[in-house]
Amino acid sequence: MSHTVPGTPRTQDSAPPEAVDGPAEPAHATGTGSRPAKAAASSKVPFRRRLRQDRTLILMTVPALLLVLVFNYVPIFGNIIAFQDYDPYVSTNGVTAILHSPWVGIQQFRTVFADPQFWHAVENTFLLFFLQLVLFFPIPIALALLINSVVRPRVRAMAQAILYLPHFFSWVLVVTVFQQIFGGAGIIAQTLREHGHEGFDIMTDPAIFKFLVTAEGIWKDAGWSIIVFLAALAAVNTDLYEAAAMDGANRWRRMWHVTMPALRPVIALLLVLRVGDALTVGFEQLLLQRDAVGPGAAEVLDTFVWWTGIRNQDFSYAAAAGLIKGVVGIVLVLTANKIAHLMGEQGVYKK
Amino acid sequence: MTAVMWKPAKEPGRWAAPPRPVWEEAPSRAGITAKSFGLGLACLAVLVPLWIVVVTSLASKKTITRAGGLVVVPRDITFIAYKELLSGGQVTRAALISVGVTVVGTVFSMAVSILCAYGLSRPGSLGHRLILMLLMATMFFGAGLIPTYLLVQTLGLTDSYLALILPSAVSIFNILVLRGFFMGISPELTDSARIDGAGDFRILWQIVMPLSRAVIAVITLFYAVGYWSAWFNASIYLSDQQMMPLQNVLIQLVQKQEIPVGLTQAVRAGPLSGLAVQMAVMVLALLPVAVLSPFVQKHFKKGMLTGAVKG
Repeated sequence: MSHTVPGTPRTQDSAPPEAVDGPAEPAHATGTGSRPAKAAASSKVPFRRRLRQDRTLILMTVPALLLVLVFNYVPIFGNIIAFQDYDPYVSTNGVTAILHSPWVGIQQFRTVFADPQFWHAVENTFLLFFLQLVLFFPIPIALALLINSVVRPRVRAMAQAILYLPHFFSWVLVVTVFQQIFGGAGIIAQTLREHGHEGFDIMTDPAIFKFLVTAEGIWKDAGWSIIVFLAALAAVNTDLYEAAAMDGANRWRRMWHVTMPALRPVIALLLVLRVGDALTVGFEQLLLQRDAVGPGAAEVLDTFVWWTGIRNQDFSYAAAAGLIKGVVGIVLVLTANKIAHLMGEQGVYKK
Repeated sequence: MTAVMWKPAKEPGRWAAPPRPVWEEAPSRAGITAKSFGLGLACLAVLVPLWIVVVTSLASKKTITRAGGLVVVPRDITFIAYKELLSGGQVTRAALISVGVTVVGTVFSMAVSILCAYGLSRPGSLGHRLILMLLMATMFFGAGLIPTYLLVQTLGLTDSYLALILPSAVSIFNILVLRGFFMGISPELTDSARIDGAGDFRILWQIVMPLSRAVIAVITLFYAVGYWSAWFNASIYLSDQQMMPLQNVLIQLVQKQEIPVGLTQAVRAGPLSGLAVQMAVMVLALLPVAVLSPFVQKHFKKGMLTGAVKG
């Protein structure tokens, strides 16, 4: 791809206006391919002049940058309490408390690794991750293909509006809705009792809980997840379908040979994102149900950190567990990307 | 707005199907039935629970007693639960708090995000790659719950509504979506304004923002829904029950089967049903979202698409 560099007006004088605007315009502005040319052009301009030129732009990013530095970067240093025996009663000022708390080296990590409850949380985390991957992941793809095969624009728009809706509900609402249907006082148990059967309560059954959590996730987000697939489907060149049909491919073969290859990069990207985020399996959702079903079924890494840290005030211990999760999480992201690159897909970031 | 496998030729009527291209075989009756069934089932799975919640919230105590709990078929409609909830008291206060936090938070988040997105939108500007990297790196790691909690405490934000806004004020994803959209705006428009002497703030306000109404609507909705739905930060940073937003009150009422403070008498002896009250609180919590999001829906794909492509 060739790139006209915006901001170099000399090309605009000679080139006809159609060459400058048009749909190709946004693409070249972001593509990484334009960067070498741009960098070469801008390095000729002295730093002071560039600073004066772009001062306002830099200034505009300051509020967001400050917020991110304070709330995303500063707390990273707070993780040093994982190597301490942090005493929250010294002061409500974290810095003072850190300065006055004794150092214990990797003692906290030793305790965490020897804690059966920690390993139980790890086990639950992976169990829920795999269950969600197997049961949740294919549903949006199927729904997107279904919606995409509906030709009437009005029906499509209405179905989309309905299916997107639960994504915007809070977890409190979603969990409550499920409680009203499947809970001990819910509509199903109530109907069963009316007909003389024993009532039941799925919400508090530890054995069924993992499926319940997955079902809640599907109800909330499966509809919303189709949006990415629909965008990919809309980008497929119609001529491909016609050519395939001319060659005698029926509906199913067209789906297999034209539609599926178009979805492949999106599926790969979403898989990479999901695997990279494997240790996060619905913190708020599980926390809301932890009391009802008990920590045996609902405790995952995030809720373990919450319980030991916020609830039991054992900050150093919880920070150590959190740090383990964070480090493993980064390794997972990088590994997932590496695998995507090896498979010839783009992944989250480029090589 | 939605490109289909085949290009719809003309608008033949809003519900009618666009003409089928010659190469495409007509769908079989079984295929159409299966498709309608699948899509209908998915939509019902969303709508039926919401229907039950709304109908029960509007039912009288008699109907609820006769139904033995949740009401599926409406027999009578009464707004008594809503009247009681909204006539002052715990739920009214919580709803107002939620509205306040959502409005203030969303305006703040949008201002910060739009400024940052515009500041990063000119290719080759000084330092924009460094800033972008600093921001995007946070998408791959989190500092962790405990250090964040201690930081908020150290900053003295606990027991303040700032604790519900500041820590989650910017979403890098939202900034990237906005930035992607801003970059798609033809540079001639902004360049000519710059030659005419307009500064960056003026270009942003008078050219870029009016051209980006669609994506701004989408991101505003994302932020607003985030603030409206949030409950966790309130649960760890606020200790005063009087300060709790609506979602936290909903947790107490529905999950722990409590009755709002002050309504106990009306529920025990009066015409008020405890279940209807709970359902009415749920409706209050989902109403703003359910009403607003369909209006923004037509912009979703555009916003998500630019964000996904240019992230």
